[in-house]
Amino acid sequence: MKKNRWLFAFALVLILLPLWWARGSEFGGTDDQAERAIQTLAPHYRPWFESIFTPPGGEVETLLFSLQAALGAGVIGYVIGLYKGRSERKNGHDSRV
Amino acid sequence: MMRTSRWVVIAALLTSYFFLTNEQDAYAMHIMEGFLPAKWALFWWGLFLPFFLVGLRRLVRTLKEHPEQKLLMALAGAFTFVLSALKIPSVTGSSSHPTGIGFGAALFGPWVMVVIGTLVLLFQALLLAHGGLTTLGANALSMAVVGPLVAFSVYQLHRRGLVSHRVALFLAACLSDLATYVTTSVQLAVAFPAPDGGVLASFLKFAGIFAITQVPLAVTEGILTVMVWNWLASYQASPLFEREKGA
Repeated sequence: MKKNRWLFAFALVLILLPLWWARGSEFGGTDDQAERAIQTLAPHYRPWFESIFTPPGGEVETLLFSLQAALGAGVIGYVIGLYKGRSERKNGHDSRV
Repeated sequence: MMRTSRWVVIAALLTSYFFLTNEQDAYAMHIMEGFLPAKWALFWWGLFLPFFLVGLRRLVRTLKEHPEQKLLMALAGAFTFVLSALKIPSVTGSSSHPTGIGFGAALFGPWVMVVIGTLVLLFQALLLAHGGLTTLGANALSMAVVGPLVAFSVYQLHRRGLVSHRVALFLAACLSDLATYVTTSVQLAVAFPAPDGGVLASFLKFAGIFAITQVPLAVTEGILTVMVWNWLASYQASPLFEREKGA
């Protein structure tokens, strides 16, 4: 598991580095920028379909996105915990390496 | 010695990458609702549906034959669910999110992830106004068809003995993530060719810029994928991991 610690540190650096590297920018979603790109390529294009449901405001959107992450993380934790428990019972001791 | 030189190469690559990139607009993630002209929306839906039907049949069959894999499939689905909720900042000054498809594709082959990836996209299109229903065909083709196929093919490098197991897994996750967004820019480029330069110029515009945004995210996804794999392997989570013992 020691390896994972290094991997985690590296991933963290990769995520945090841009905050410093591109400081001053707003880190807007790339999909919003795609919208603008399309409008420069095809100024007369109008979207012909609207989202059936749009989260009312940024706060609700954040709520739904965190809900999505939380549900997923919960399942991952459950499954890994289950496997850990099983392997410990099988080996009769703590299986941490 | 080998180890050290490998790290030096990686560090050098990263440094040059960070120095080559500067703040610029990027264009990625899923195609927004209504933003593909109707005929293209239909075209991608038509191309995607056969894959989905095959995927669904394979999924049902796998579950019937190996019900014990249900748990791992839930894990693969949850992994995709989490990763596509995480909008991660990139060096370009914009954010995008990884796909998390590579993990499941390496475990189960491409077909199961076709269904799982599509469900995640559907969830985001319906509840988050992220992506869309008219563009679901195109988005699912890039993330839930091209993604898993690329991941699975890359993962075969390990089966052939060309690279170690974890390197193959890392590359599979990383490249399937990138391939998804390259596909997205092809889809946008053919729908919106540039007035001068046509489809190619438009593709370069979409791909050249967003690929840069996605590179660090793809690497992050590769790392996270290997981490989850390490956990599972250390608990010998399932027969799928048995062959890997001692590797």
